[in-house]
Amino acid sequence: MNLPSEQITINLGPQHPSTHGVFRLRVTLDGEVITDVEPIFGYLHRGTEKLAEERTYTQIVTLTDRLDYTSSMINNQAYVLAVEKLAGVTVPPRGQYLRVLTAELQRIASHLMGVGFFLQDLGASGTPLMYCFRERERILDLFEMLCGARVTVSYMRPGGVFQEPPPEFWPAVRHLLDTTPDAIAELERLISENEIVLARSKGVGVLTKEKAIDCAISGPNLRASGVAWDLRKADPYDVYADMDFAVPVGSNGDSYDRFLVRVMEVHQSIRIAEQCYRDMPGGPVRSELPFFFRPPPGDAYAHVEASKGELGFYLVSDGGIAPYRCKIRSPSFINLTVLAEMLLGWKVADLMVIFGSLDVNMGEVDR
Amino acid sequence: MPYGLGIAKGMMVTLRNLVRKPVTVQYPEQRVAQHHRFRGEDFVWYEERCTGCASCAKYCPQGIIKIVTAPSGEMTQEGEKYKLEVFDIEIARCMFCGLCVEACPYDALHMGSGFERARPRQSDLVISVDELKASAKKPSTWFRPQLQDRGYDPFQPGDDVSWQDAGREKSVAPTYEEMLQRWVQGR
Repeated sequence: MNLPSEQITINLGPQHPSTHGVFRLRVTLDGEVITDVEPIFGYLHRGTEKLAEERTYTQIVTLTDRLDYTSSMINNQAYVLAVEKLAGVTVPPRGQYLRVLTAELQRIASHLMGVGFFLQDLGASGTPLMYCFRERERILDLFEMLCGARVTVSYMRPGGVFQEPPPEFWPAVRHLLDTTPDAIAELERLISENEIVLARSKGVGVLTKEKAIDCAISGPNLRASGVAWDLRKADPYDVYADMDFAVPVGSNGDSYDRFLVRVMEVHQSIRIAEQCYRDMPGGPVRSELPFFFRPPPGDAYAHVEASKGELGFYLVSDGGIAPYRCKIRSPSFINLTVLAEMLLGWKVADLMVIFGSLDVNMGEVDR
Repeated sequence: MPYGLGIAKGMMVTLRNLVRKPVTVQYPEQRVAQHHRFRGEDFVWYEERCTGCASCAKYCPQGIIKIVTAPSGEMTQEGEKYKLEVFDIEIARCMFCGLCVEACPYDALHMGSGFERARPRQSDLVISVDELKASAKKPSTWFRPQLQDRGYDPFQPGDDVSWQDAGREKSVAPTYEEMLQRWVQGR
């Protein structure tokens, strides 16, 4: 007997536990198979770009913490690089090294969170996420030591970093760099060969190389598709040109590769942090700039390899104390454009796996 | 992979974690140690140092510091000091970036180390000038490394930091020779 059936439209979110923030997916299903996806966002819109127009260049640093709240240091770095380009400020070497060190520590923290939530979305409720969070906590403790805050750091300033780290910071970094590889290896042993993880994520949500390039995907999601594109290598900023590290690349572009690329990038970040620790030069951490400085009229664009992809700040100055325009190119927002394509034809249980593997942060999408 | 090996590996992990020390703490009873650079509330304000210049209010990205001053007739080396009638910090909107502390040219305002200020009403979340005057002088060492160099720890019970002790690492005020160079010989 052939029963008549019709498609059903359901809303996932805006407060669904696995939507990584306030995000809604309107999914049309044929039985269990996804036939149409409409991402709806904007619930977290705070008007950062507009707020930046009425704040001074130093005050905007505090706004950038709140873009991708899992990688505040890298957001700070992208913004101050744009301001330095605009104002023609040079940064002392110690300031640059400290920036790279903290940015790489932040990348480890952010990738751990991405990996943890991906495993959470696979249904491993709690345990792997807590393993990741345990390591992330130790990095956040270092940030508290460095700048007094754990998440909304505001550590960097145009012209360098805010302040010299306290003396106890260096042994703490040494300890972290010594112990983190073991902890990551423990996670890898648990997860990488787990049959359930393999069955749920291998071959699921394939993003082809061509599609990824066409949709301007960046970051680990692009590298998982097999494109060795990393701004730290392609357009080095701060002292990345002196650093020796590899760019991990996936082969299939499926959810498992995206997970694996993140884990491998953590190892590379530890390598970079290790080099920063070894080569840390002395001297000042910040070149003196007045609080209310006026860059000459003009515009500047600076981009960094953030934990989610290419994060860019485009600043236009009219010679005043605040930028005339501040445009943010956020990687999560652009990585989200490909979501609908990746989800079509998959079952609703795979939706969370694919979405989780993209590692999207809503604070950055809505800005 | 032979059947059951995954379960055996999993049980090994369980066994290892059974003898490990827990990472989590039971919050209200147990606490994680805070670093003394922690940027928190309980702002520490030194009346003797403050001249009422309102730099903190001007530098605040949120614009939550309200200052009303009146002439006090009290002279300081920079001229006349103003008496503060209102110094309201609307802490409900504060994001603890610390720019007000960084801005203060006289080192009168310092961050504190607290974080437990939940209140039923938003109107209770305003720190008034009387509260600032009465608060314990236990500044955070954020942006004040000389306090840390001295071995001061805000979490240890002991004497409060007096206004003479709370200052900057090195004086930012120009010396007499610099003033002479800038205003007399340089012209």
